[in-house]
Amino acid sequence: MRYAMAIEVNKCVGCADCVVACQTENNVPHGYSRDWIVEIARGEYPDLYMHFESQRCNHCDDTPCVRTCPTGASHIIEGGIVKVTHDECIGCGACIEACPYDARYFHPEGYVDKCTFCDHRVADGLDPACVSVCPTTCMHFGDLDDPDSEISKLIRTRENYTLIPEAGTNPQIFYLK
Amino acid sequence: MEEKLLVTAREIHGLYPHVHIWGFPIATYLFLGGLAAGILLFATIYYIKGKEDEMPFTVKIAPLFTFIFIMIGLLLLVYDLHHKLYVWQLFTTFRIESPMSWGAWTLVGVSIFSLLWPLSYIDDIEEYLHERGWKRLDWITKFIRTLEHKCKIFRFIVLFFRKHRKKFAYILLFLSIILGIYTGILLSAFNAHPLWNNSILGPLFLTSGVSTGSAFVMWLSNNKKERTRMSVIDMALIATELFFIIHMIMGMQAGPEAFQQAAHLFLGGEFTVIFWVFFVGFGLVLPFILEAMELKGFHIPPALPAILVLIGGFLFRMIMVYAGQMSEYPL
Amino acid sequence: MSKLNRRDFIKISGTASAGMVMTPPLTSIWKTIFSDEEKPLLENEAKKVPTVCEVCFWNCAGWTYLDKEGNIKKIIGNDIDPHSNGRLCPRGTGGLGMYYDEDRLKKPLIRVKREDGKSEFREAEWDEALDLVATKMKEIEKKYGKESMALLFHGKTGPHFEHLFKAWGSDTMGEPAGAQCLITREAGFIATYGAGLASPEPTDVRNTDCLVLIGNHIGENMHNGHVQEVSALIDKGGTIITVDPRFSTMAAHSTKWLPIKPSTDLALLLAWMNVIINEGLYDKDYVEQYTYGFEQLKDHVQKYTPEWAESITTIPAGDIYETARLMGGASPRVIIHPGRHTAWYGDDTQRTRAIAILNAILGSWGREGGFYFPEKVKLPKEAHPPFPKPKWTWKDISRDKHKLAIMGITNELIDHALPEYKGPYKIKGMFITATNPLQSIPSQDTIRRALDNQDFVVVVDTMPAEITGYADVVLPEATYLERLDHLRTAHHRQPNIALRYPAVEPKYDTKPGWWIAREIGIRLGLHDYYEWEDFEEVLDWQLKQVGSSMEEMKKVGVKYFPRKTPMYLKPGEEYWFNTNTGKIELYSTDFEEWGYDPLPVYKDHGENPPGFLRLIYGRLPMHTFGRTLNNPNLFDLKHDPHLWVHPKVARIYGLENGQEVWLKNPKGKVSSFPIKVRVTERIRHDSVFMPHGFGNKGRIWVDGKKLEMHRAYGRGILDSEMIYNIEIDPVTGGTGLRNNFVTILTENPHKKEAKS
Repeated sequence: MRYAMAIEVNKCVGCADCVVACQTENNVPHGYSRDWIVEIARGEYPDLYMHFESQRCNHCDDTPCVRTCPTGASHIIEGGIVKVTHDECIGCGACIEACPYDARYFHPEGYVDKCTFCDHRVADGLDPACVSVCPTTCMHFGDLDDPDSEISKLIRTRENYTLIPEAGTNPQIFYLK
Repeated sequence: MEEKLLVTAREIHGLYPHVHIWGFPIATYLFLGGLAAGILLFATIYYIKGKEDEMPFTVKIAPLFTFIFIMIGLLLLVYDLHHKLYVWQLFTTFRIESPMSWGAWTLVGVSIFSLLWPLSYIDDIEEYLHERGWKRLDWITKFIRTLEHKCKIFRFIVLFFRKHRKKFAYILLFLSIILGIYTGILLSAFNAHPLWNNSILGPLFLTSGVSTGSAFVMWLSNNKKERTRMSVIDMALIATELFFIIHMIMGMQAGPEAFQQAAHLFLGGEFTVIFWVFFVGFGLVLPFILEAMELKGFHIPPALPAILVLIGGFLFRMIMVYAGQMSEYPL
Repeated sequence: MSKLNRRDFIKISGTASAGMVMTPPLTSIWKTIFSDEEKPLLENEAKKVPTVCEVCFWNCAGWTYLDKEGNIKKIIGNDIDPHSNGRLCPRGTGGLGMYYDEDRLKKPLIRVKREDGKSEFREAEWDEALDLVATKMKEIEKKYGKESMALLFHGKTGPHFEHLFKAWGSDTMGEPAGAQCLITREAGFIATYGAGLASPEPTDVRNTDCLVLIGNHIGENMHNGHVQEVSALIDKGGTIITVDPRFSTMAAHSTKWLPIKPSTDLALLLAWMNVIINEGLYDKDYVEQYTYGFEQLKDHVQKYTPEWAESITTIPAGDIYETARLMGGASPRVIIHPGRHTAWYGDDTQRTRAIAILNAILGSWGREGGFYFPEKVKLPKEAHPPFPKPKWTWKDISRDKHKLAIMGITNELIDHALPEYKGPYKIKGMFITATNPLQSIPSQDTIRRALDNQDFVVVVDTMPAEITGYADVVLPEATYLERLDHLRTAHHRQPNIALRYPAVEPKYDTKPGWWIAREIGIRLGLHDYYEWEDFEEVLDWQLKQVGSSMEEMKKVGVKYFPRKTPMYLKPGEEYWFNTNTGKIELYSTDFEEWGYDPLPVYKDHGENPPGFLRLIYGRLPMHTFGRTLNNPNLFDLKHDPHLWVHPKVARIYGLENGQEVWLKNPKGKVSSFPIKVRVTERIRHDSVFMPHGFGNKGRIWVDGKKLEMHRAYGRGILDSEMIYNIEIDPVTGGTGLRNNFVTILTENPHKKEAKS
């Protein structure tokens, strides 16, 4: 089992529904967010290009955050989902420094918090909250180890890229052009 | 024109506008850790080489301070934790890949030994304090003596340590090397920050730590010979540091864009002046010149180059902690 | 030897640490003492109450999720709802922030004069406030007649007060959704097809082959169903042509973007017709069977060549030909989208007429992949005596001047409330609910003078907006999550109804709109119009009449009914359009009679005044104008609006990204607050862009304490504040707002004033 996400940037309108859905689903405190939207624009008027990226923890295959965690609070569960056990976290910030994507932050309670791929929903066979609300259906979630899953097919057939591959983390969120 | 911008508000403290989780406490902690490692390295090596009496301050007195430094460092570290109540979780596991975990365990070891080490030199410490004219601190030695007198277990531990001091010296030497390396590689383990993510940073921190250790001895030793010997060693260390720094920046310049941007922080960016003038100029080159002049017979107050090196070492860690967090891969 | 990868390695070291026996019990003990972490609400633990979203007019149906303690945790779309298809937009998802907002109006407020002559509010009980409203309404009746009490409203709460006003005997009402938004488009389509579009627009986007968007920012406006269908169109590889002076989100996702010079859209539309007609790309059978005036149209558009249009629109003639051929090739599965906020330049009905005509010659009206014929459920109205006939209504105010003023024209109601108005249709009292005229209707100074001239102003709302400060009585309304409203019966492909049911009791001392309206009605002696105690009785009765029940609706949220008429025209089918000729009027006989151009004629709208930039305002997908800015969840998404400026403009003014600037219009009006600059190529060099609805400055004092939307207050610039030139559309009375210009100030102009 290898959970991953594929996001079609040719459809995303950057509405941030994924961000607010995550907030209400996961009780993310106000002023914080586990996911966010980035706009990328290139060119000169009128020869322009623009797309949005919904970004979050990449649930990397090679996890600098888990590696640097001194207590084992940051860990990997079934399907490659990177999680933080809040009651083992001492709030040292090592994982925040280690993450090239700024995906982790200190929860006001002190522990480190981040995207969980909504593992509580995934366990029930549901999509993560962000994927399930997206009005443009530009987000897809599934198992990469299953060659017949929608996400496997999308990644096989569509040109795609990942974020900051040069950081060597092998991210598992794929952006489809 | 190319734009990359955050559409949704994400003004999270510590992340916005760039990662800023670590600051003064961590930099100080790294500085004190490096300093302690440097002092203990010299103390144990000279002890093992049997030069206890030639280098009295280095071997017998200086380790007393390391315990204090490490305690301050640990307090700062705990202060900097955001989930303090759970700090004990550090000691429920050992994570072989986590520098923080290495550090936590090493510090426990080092702190125990750096406490026991001076306890076994209580007479020498008393003498040193008197020589320095720090009679007000007599209560420390008096307290320890009373404790030794009244508490059997304490006496037993101290005696046991004195008896096996040589064996413990080897253990402490090993621990201090780990501590020195750890304070160096702690930052370079975070490859999300191109500035930290290079193989020279570790050796550079280690060298700098040892250099501050030698400076500390130069500053507070009452023994002229000891000071001179340390001064020579320190000059070699400073030269090595300068070599590493040039090498590191050239390496980053030759790297991919994110690394070039990291180097730019020191080459025209916001850390240029503080790095080259205050750290390299006043913290490395100037003390090097002063030490060289003193060797040539000029009269230089021994504390001056030493303090410059110490301030430089602290500044270096501050710069690296702050600049490193500003060096990021683009969104 | 098998290779151990990093993940396995971590797993092993993880097991090793778990092996330390002490850890788990100690951790769990520690946790129970020190942690009060909130766990996510699981699907099977949630209580779900049906709702219909009120954050925008799209009114998606969804479910309010409550935890065991009865707290609202989230709102999720109803899977069978055709407006949302189970996926709410960010505003709908964040709608619960409206309920939790701590700045809400919490108690009825009554204006009092302080000793120093300044006025402020005091908190009051409902009985006192309602008695006062009824007394004052009766006073206005006695002094001027019931008709002089006007109702300005918006949203689902509106109908409760419409009922109150009609029962009482006043039909002096209007909503900004008309003159400030879509009235011109409705009129353009009514004049052509004899039918308007209403909401949601019956565009068959998901089945089309070619979608043309003119100044229509799907994706920036989150008209949910349309956003979803456009996304499906992208999947399908359909053609999307976007006409916009700005490189909008949709422009970026389009097959073809035509960067048009602002205010010249009609020239492009006419040139398209020219190509489509002259190259024979139109739907000949359709045009012959269903339309009237094709020959006149053909003659009329001959002078509007693409080459002519190039000189006006700055779009290369080649692109005009190319896009016209794309549309012709897709005919009839093509939609030139009518847009929504179409009050732009003062000749907007003519422009939307051109859109309607273009659709007609391509044969898209009543065709699959074009415009479908929508159908809605007709609910029986509860029995009550007939409404009394007012002596005059909003129609008397507007219909003489504007033949297709099909809704109350808010700005004309305002004009009739000014002290200088001496005619027979004087407005002396205002009842304002769920709209903030100071933001939604242009010309703030006029509105302020009108409000000051009123004998009595009541505001019913959930939040303290600018308008609250002008009220004599403020009645705090419960949010949509706490109240029952009329069933949603919007027309769609499949007729359906949707229920909004209160998920929780009203927070604070707030009350649902139906209750407020009824209580005032009773006090006005309108018992006969309120023969029920609880609005739920009315809905239950209505539902039973159509074969459903409250009980059923609470379980399903949305219920479908069979269609009675076909969704598309059958090939060659006889069809009677509701126009004078019974055909689609390419040439409008009504317009001819009324003295308007029967065929759209291009008019020049002038150039920028020297030194000024055109002000283009628009939407952010996560906000519905000013009403959501203080919503804590949506505020989290976006609270710093940006002024888009082209790099050339930035060079001239010396602007940097993130710098705060102020705006000034040619009349010398300076914005109250600054806005941050975004230097971007996505905007033309002769224009600036900013989102509408920011720059909130509502603030009232209640018993000496400040009450305001503390998050939203003072953030960004309100475009309504800068708009000085309102070009009235003669056909409808719609307010053209896009011929407005501003210049950029880099120094704080208010500081200078304070000094001098």
